[in-house]
Amino acid sequence: MNVLDMLEREQMRGDIPPFKSGDTIKVYVRIVEGQKERLQLFEGVVIRKRAGGSRTNFTVRKVSHGVGVERTFPVHSPMIDRIEVVSRGKVRRSRLFYLRALRGKKAKVKEIGRR
Amino acid sequence: MEKGLIGRKLGMTQLFWDDGSRIPVTVIEAGPCFVIQKKTKNKDGYDAVQMGFDPAMEKRVTKPRRGHMKKAGQGYFKVLREIRVDEPDRFEVGQELRSDLFEIGEYVDIVGTTKGRGFAGSVKRHGFRGGRASHGSMFHRAPGSIGASAWPSHVFKGKRLPGHMGDARMTVKNLMVLGVQPERNLLIVHGAVPGHRNGIVLVREAVKR
Repeated sequence: MNVLDMLEREQMRGDIPPFKSGDTIKVYVRIVEGQKERLQLFEGVVIRKRAGGSRTNFTVRKVSHGVGVERTFPVHSPMIDRIEVVSRGKVRRSRLFYLRALRGKKAKVKEIGRR
Repeated sequence: MEKGLIGRKLGMTQLFWDDGSRIPVTVIEAGPCFVIQKKTKNKDGYDAVQMGFDPAMEKRVTKPRRGHMKKAGQGYFKVLREIRVDEPDRFEVGQELRSDLFEIGEYVDIVGTTKGRGFAGSVKRHGFRGGRASHGSMFHRAPGSIGASAWPSHVFKGKRLPGHMGDARMTVKNLMVLGVQPERNLLIVHGAVPGHRNGIVLVREAVKR
């Protein structure tokens, strides 16, 4: 195997559950304030996932107090404590930027019905 | 200068730091190199060590080179480079040099050949600003006046003009070594290194540290 791929694989973490665009996920982010460390929760819809070995990143969008907030995280960052998948979304494209223009009920992603 | 290695640039990637920041790194396949010849002040006028890198088939090496490399008894190599050293006697002909010559945290200088850019204009080659693209502008990427008619009425020597860019030797100084893997002959350094992937680079101890 390519040496670069091998090095990237060593950087990757195996504890991240699989998720896709449209899924609603909870990201627990480590925040360091001075000496103390705490976890911050960021929950929202994944609107983009860019693949690329250890450089994979994803963007989560949520609407907080009526304001849209998006955060992009590297999947394999040590600052991510853990990721939980809340629900699987039913979407027909991989980049959900159209959600930015929608609000209210229209901005909701339908859940995939579980069997 | 005491040590150096010939290597091949494999490409760039990133590493995560503990605080979550990502740092750009270049991965270099450094070594194994073999000492081919020691040059001494008495004999050659300067002190240096010549190394070979990248084994080659016998028939791919010219006869004069073959004879030269035979003295080291380590086979034939595609690349020969030398580094200046203070005491060539610390090395032996035929000695193997691996990437564990360097340590994590150490600083190195890296010499390579930059990517060739062909005949480049003054905007790309020298960072001239050029003119605006639209609104009736008829001046886009030209260098402008290079020596007016009355004064100075000639073009000064060294005037920066379009021409061949890249494919030239370049040294990047003071890159920190962030990883050493002698079992895979790898050296990981902070930041970018001149040249394209699979280009030959010379890694040596930082001179200005």
